[in-house]
Amino acid sequence: MARGTGWSETLVELGEVKLHLARAGSGRPVVILHHDTGTPEQLDFYDTLARRFEVIVPHHPGYGRSERPQWLRSVRDIAVTYQWLLADLGADSASLIGLGFGGWIAAEMATMAPREFHRLVLVGAMGIKPPQGDILDQAIVSYLDYARAGFHDQQAFARIYGDVTTDQLVEWDLCREMSFRIAWKPYMYNPTLPHLLGGVRAPALVVWGDDDKIVPKSAGERYAALLPKARLVTVRAAGHCVEMEQPDELATLVSGFIGEN
Amino acid sequence: MFVMYFTEQPMSTYPADIGLEVGHTALMFSNKHFDPVAGSRLYNEYLEHYIYAEEQGVEGFMLNEHHNAPFCMQAKCNIFASILAAVTKKAKIVLLGNPLPLAENPVRLAEELSMIDMISKGRLVPGIVRGGGQESLAAGVNPAYNRERFQEAHDLIVAAWTRQGPFRWEGTHYQHRVVNPWAVPLQKPYPRIWVPGVLSQETIIWAAQQRYPYIALNTSIEATKKIWELYDKVALETGYEAGPENRGYLQQVHVSDSEEKAEKNARQFLWMQGEFTGLAHPVWSNPSGYFSPTLRRNFVEFAVGRAENPRGRPTFEQQVADGRVFFGTPKTVIPKLRRVLEETRPSIYGIWGNDGTVSNEDARTCIRLLGQEVMPAMREIGKELGLKDPFELNSPVHLRYSNDLKQMPQAAE
Repeated sequence: MARGTGWSETLVELGEVKLHLARAGSGRPVVILHHDTGTPEQLDFYDTLARRFEVIVPHHPGYGRSERPQWLRSVRDIAVTYQWLLADLGADSASLIGLGFGGWIAAEMATMAPREFHRLVLVGAMGIKPPQGDILDQAIVSYLDYARAGFHDQQAFARIYGDVTTDQLVEWDLCREMSFRIAWKPYMYNPTLPHLLGGVRAPALVVWGDDDKIVPKSAGERYAALLPKARLVTVRAAGHCVEMEQPDELATLVSGFIGEN
Repeated sequence: MFVMYFTEQPMSTYPADIGLEVGHTALMFSNKHFDPVAGSRLYNEYLEHYIYAEEQGVEGFMLNEHHNAPFCMQAKCNIFASILAAVTKKAKIVLLGNPLPLAENPVRLAEELSMIDMISKGRLVPGIVRGGGQESLAAGVNPAYNRERFQEAHDLIVAAWTRQGPFRWEGTHYQHRVVNPWAVPLQKPYPRIWVPGVLSQETIIWAAQQRYPYIALNTSIEATKKIWELYDKVALETGYEAGPENRGYLQQVHVSDSEEKAEKNARQFLWMQGEFTGLAHPVWSNPSGYFSPTLRRNFVEFAVGRAENPRGRPTFEQQVADGRVFFGTPKTVIPKLRRVLEETRPSIYGIWGNDGTVSNEDARTCIRLLGQEVMPAMREIGKELGLKDPFELNSPVHLRYSNDLKQMPQAAE
């Protein structure tokens, strides 16, 4: 249950996909696409944005409270599913905020429908092969170590996740299994995506934590170079999960950017 | 009663102290610790052990493979199988087995196995496995589709062996424009497939649905009985009554000419730190999607160090007590094996005779005593207990070749 004010939870059926959505606020529609570790039910970052925008947080198919579609076998399948969702919701000119793995989905969506989106925000986005370094392979680290690697400051991890319960570990395992099902090889990127980013019309903000241990910053630089109207901003004292470690700074950046006409 | 000899073929000269210090000996344990000079000697010794085993009366060779780990040097069981097919005469060559999900081209695997079957003049038992979790990582093959690939690769291999080519295969994980391997097996309808396993109920159920013998790998006597309960239940649901011909058992049994030496050498079964898959890293040995979903909570707790391995990690004494490790002279070991045969009634029996740093001389003594004394005694006990193996009974190679089904089975393939 999203505990900030005004959140509602719904289950949306899109063909065979049953999608869990959390929604709050009003104004311009903003879709937030979560990490490969799912999303906590409540985040200050979500609440802050919901004061100004209509915020929609879907649980990706096969993650969190959205059940796994057995047939779904690629990240593009998720991106297409979300185009369907936005059509059903009538959310025109939405902005996309993609966090990590969710950034890959957002980038795929933007390339599929170049004129559709108001703004594109990619935070520590996966999806392209970093020119230098590799995306951290969660297959060889434990659930806890992988989640912790998303943070610059382990106290921030503790604020969000507390003493990690077995239920949380089980959820991370389900998320990980789904990530393997759709992004095992190549791991967490699409080799053709860089060639398609040039078509995106929406202005893009590429944000990177200065201590991102999951996705090398070189990927951010490449995104910023390939997207026609993009700028790259680095957030200090933040790891991969910028929205959890520096929620106010990110919310300010993003609100200003999405608030532009 | 069919009895075969097995060794994991350990790379016993690797620095075990470094393995203990690092905390794991698979996947990421550096191959800088592999010594190819020792490797060359050991491969040849292990081959000579199998050849010697046949000379001593052993009727079956069991071979397996593992990857990126010192506890087993055999990286491709088809290679040893090919050599043994050419240089031995009578013993069955039992592969337990080829890890099907790791195959990118099952048709090629079908061809290789057909060649081995022909070269061996029909002595091949090409068993199949899912491969260990860390082997999915070593091979870069998706653990989340391990079981799907296992079943589809099986279906494709059997089709390649039994359907006249050319035909086309449009599967979920495998697509082949043309399936038409020139080499096909000598044994008809196809060589017997056996399925070994340790834990996953899904594999036991699948094996029973195919009517393939299930080989319990070094499980305790009590766990083995539970496996048969499940197998028998599924068999009945599928339309047949399972018997000893559906049951196999692999046990660690070291025999020697003295009790003291036998115990000393049997302790080498713990050389791989007492765990079946070596000193495994809890994350790598159980990648998400690989293990049985019913055990998800146990595995995630194990992966972060909150719980013991759901597969267990018993001490040597516990393993001796619950019947996983036997040692002694033939005189003391045979009565222990009789008890196992009486209690679990398998007709296929693998004896894992030597492991770790057991000397070449002691390994050969073990093989000689197994071949000359222990295995003949087991075959006699098997006769007395009515433990007829699939070869003696000429039991159906697969469910679909059954003519004794009590009801129409579900489509099993």
